[in-house]
Amino acid sequence: MADSSSLLTTDGDSAAQDAASRYTRREFIKRVIATGAVASAAAYVYGGLSGCSRKASLAGGIERLISLNVNGEVRRVDVLPQETLAMTLRYKLGLTGTKLGCDRAECGACTVTLDDVTHYSCSTLTHSVRNRKIVTIEGLAGPNGELHPVQQAFVDELGPQCGFCTPGQVMSAVALLKHNPKPSREEARMAMSGNLCRCGAYDNYLNAVMRAAGG
Amino acid sequence: MAYKLVGKDFTPHDVVAKVTGQAKYSEDFRADGMVFCRLLLSPMPHARVRSIDASEALKMEGVFGVLTPDDVTPQPDPFPPILAKEPRYIGEPIVAVAAVDETTAQDAIEKIKVDLEPLPFTVDPLQSLFPGGPNARSDGNVGMVFPPPIPATAVQTFKWTAADFAKANEGQLPLGKAVEEWSYGEVEDGFAKAKLVYDESFVTASISHHSMEPRSCLAYWQNGKCFVHGSSQSHTFIIPTLAQYIGIKPDEVVLIAEYCGGGFGSKGNAYPVMAIPALMSKKIGKPVMMRISRAEEYFVGSGRSGFQGRIRLGFRADGRLLAADLYVVQEGGPNTGFWDYRNAGDAVSLVYQPLAMRWRGVPVYGNTPTRTAQRGPGYNQIMCAVEPLIDRAARELGVDRLQIRLLNNPQGGSKFGGRQQTVSSCYLKDALAKGAARFKWDEKKQLSGKRNGSKVTGVAVAQAYHPAGFFGFDGLVRITPDGKLHIHNGVGNLGTFSHSSTARIAAEVLKCDWDNCIVQRGDSRKHLPWNLGQFGSNTSYTMSRTNYVAAVDAVAKLKEIAAKDLGGKPEDYDIDGTKVFAKASPSKSLTYGAAAQRAIDLGGKFSGKEMPEDINPLTKASVTALSGTGLIGVAKDKLPVNGQPAAFIAAFIHIELDLETGQHRILEFLSVGDCGTVIHPQGLATQLKGGSVQGFGMACLEHMVYDPQNGLPATVGLHQAKPATYLDVPLEMHTDAVDKPDPTSPLGTKGVGEPPVGSAAAALLCAISDALGGHVFNRTPVSPDMIVNFTAGRPQSHKPLQVNTF
Repeated sequence: MADSSSLLTTDGDSAAQDAASRYTRREFIKRVIATGAVASAAAYVYGGLSGCSRKASLAGGIERLISLNVNGEVRRVDVLPQETLAMTLRYKLGLTGTKLGCDRAECGACTVTLDDVTHYSCSTLTHSVRNRKIVTIEGLAGPNGELHPVQQAFVDELGPQCGFCTPGQVMSAVALLKHNPKPSREEARMAMSGNLCRCGAYDNYLNAVMRAAGG
Repeated sequence: MAYKLVGKDFTPHDVVAKVTGQAKYSEDFRADGMVFCRLLLSPMPHARVRSIDASEALKMEGVFGVLTPDDVTPQPDPFPPILAKEPRYIGEPIVAVAAVDETTAQDAIEKIKVDLEPLPFTVDPLQSLFPGGPNARSDGNVGMVFPPPIPATAVQTFKWTAADFAKANEGQLPLGKAVEEWSYGEVEDGFAKAKLVYDESFVTASISHHSMEPRSCLAYWQNGKCFVHGSSQSHTFIIPTLAQYIGIKPDEVVLIAEYCGGGFGSKGNAYPVMAIPALMSKKIGKPVMMRISRAEEYFVGSGRSGFQGRIRLGFRADGRLLAADLYVVQEGGPNTGFWDYRNAGDAVSLVYQPLAMRWRGVPVYGNTPTRTAQRGPGYNQIMCAVEPLIDRAARELGVDRLQIRLLNNPQGGSKFGGRQQTVSSCYLKDALAKGAARFKWDEKKQLSGKRNGSKVTGVAVAQAYHPAGFFGFDGLVRITPDGKLHIHNGVGNLGTFSHSSTARIAAEVLKCDWDNCIVQRGDSRKHLPWNLGQFGSNTSYTMSRTNYVAAVDAVAKLKEIAAKDLGGKPEDYDIDGTKVFAKASPSKSLTYGAAAQRAIDLGGKFSGKEMPEDINPLTKASVTALSGTGLIGVAKDKLPVNGQPAAFIAAFIHIELDLETGQHRILEFLSVGDCGTVIHPQGLATQLKGGSVQGFGMACLEHMVYDPQNGLPATVGLHQAKPATYLDVPLEMHTDAVDKPDPTSPLGTKGVGEPPVGSAAAALLCAISDALGGHVFNRTPVSPDMIVNFTAGRPQSHKPLQVNTF
């Protein structure tokens, strides 16, 4: 981080002050990391965000340290006002299982659940989910790696092909079965229809959903 | 024949990672000090870059560098450039910018001054072929360089005459001179003898590949090597091309491509933008991540060529096809493109076996994205055009639609195409018969045209073909002292699981338990052999051969080592999957692990210190790296070849078409494959179903639309380009296979990934036609408004040969 912190200094005192304040915050985060409570991807806290202007954070100092409940853990993370949940998950919390297929709410590869309801994380602002229970694909397996029944059904039915849309498909299936444990195949198809699959693995995915539902 | 592994389902090792989110695709990797790269894209469909001034951008804080067309490895015309000096479609990359984050990079792009001189452009091949019409390239409008042994058609300015255009009737494709053609038999004689002759012009739309994973890429340099985390259907096959793009030697590339989020042909070989992060990283000395957005993927992610075509078909009274005369004008994008138009001729010739046939083609450049192979290039578009006409002939001649196909179908040894090649095996008739029995064709066809309110039933059968394998690549296996069998596999991971299903051929030959096998793949550091990529429906054939010959070599070495240590001759020994033993006295044995240790001690060919001369340099490098780690089985595939391996599909469909809305619903669907011995039943089913889903999209949804006035794209989102969703496909899909071995494949396997697309697309189009009393639209996609217009007796909103329609 030594190199990239120097990049944060610009001409002008306010920017330098901001850089200094950031340094302090970074030190703080380092300590939190040491306690094991925060993000593994700290190297990306200050950069690399699509649609997240570094300038905006320098000028306004509005990147905020917030708490998110992700996969049953409280994660502390710096978030810009315009940051999407997908970017926070992928670039700050190291949860790259959530995929970006379109980044514009068309494909569903970024599907996560908020309080057990599916959302496109590419089109959800991170600041808006502070008090929500966020579950990503990484949060489904048991403590010893045992697969969630939906994941196991996806394996048994050879659901995935390329696999890129699979995390989103699994999340939609999990949310469906939470609300409707015994869906008809038609209901399952409607519930899954927000998730595109260019490989065309729909039939196998539906077979997996029905298997997970015990039918 | 009963096999231990072949024909059985298994859980491929990468499936669990795919359902848990642990599978890492290109954009999931991080590198210390990683920065981001964005692309400045051409705002014009065709232009010449007069100058680029990036000085303001380079002064910006957080900007590390730019790449211009002068900074990248030049590519010979008409190959696509990495960064374009003469951009030839809207969205073609001209400049790359690296910065601390993407926003800064994008801000920097705003400050770059690119002076562009607009050039004439075209998004309609017929416009380009018209005398004085615009050329998509400054060096011409027609050309095709691939593939050998067919001679290249040089880039040239090629126009038809005004008289050619005048001669064609309204809605007919003008028949100007072709740049390529072949024929066999007495074509005109065939038409003269025919009872029924059709002369139809048709259009098939260009469509995008729209892989779910945009082709994002991360690259960095370490210890003299260039590390590339890229999205690729192939592994070793792309390395020479990727190295050429980066300007280094193949052994200086470390490619990490364990997962690929879809390619469908568009990531079969290395593609130009894949080199940008590597070149940028070299320039600025930092790891570079280039994320490709969904819109950008529609620009740089390739597409399938569209056709404007004309076909004459002459049928005997019983439905036998006496003569065919096919002319295809192909829109091939602005550079090399793909030879779909040639494949179309081969498919018609093979699938219908016309007694005489002529094929002509003109590959025309257009100012739209680069075209490359898309799942069944040409073979599938042409089935959409021809299969509904076969049905029309059956209807007029009073022949059953299944019977007319069986009457014309090829079989093993049937000849096809301009070079009158043969196929190694063909069981299309079996596929049709098996499908007809399971689908209950004779009962279902009685439902044709049945009315239920505004809904009408359509029932149809259709077929498609694709080549199913190559030969001459290398196999590499290794037995280590712990007794494990490592199958080194240079194929990619497109999601067909053939990286593992073909590896099971090696395990089968060595009689190993699958639990005792490790598939080594996806990373150059795993030392992989020279293999073909995962495209062209080839791996189940090509890779079965390579894995077979490598395993056979390993068996021979096991026996030689046993004979050396335990006495006797190699032929006195046999294997059982864990040990090599004397046939006469089975207790006289060496375990695989002990033999592997002996191979290391013996050195030479046993441990890979020596290797065959005829294997590829990339395989040699891998064997050298692995030498001394175990018993090495390595060989080039020189197994006999007898004709083109060929895969066929028969598809059966039952739909309900709503005449008021133009919407259809697929009630039943069955796809039956002729793919030789079934190697992996579950994997086969996913390929048949997945390809069919793409076919439904091809028939009725997908299109690439460019505005003829400004060359602007209208289809740069999934919502506009319309790949099929859950709601566009049947609630249940069914598959089956003939399961008869191909005689030229060691265990009888051959590929089948591509013809499901064309057969399903054609089946759906035929079913719509059936529901409409036999009306043929001669166009893909068939949209609901076309159906509503037809039903209402209104003219269509497009002209017959018009392209870029919604």
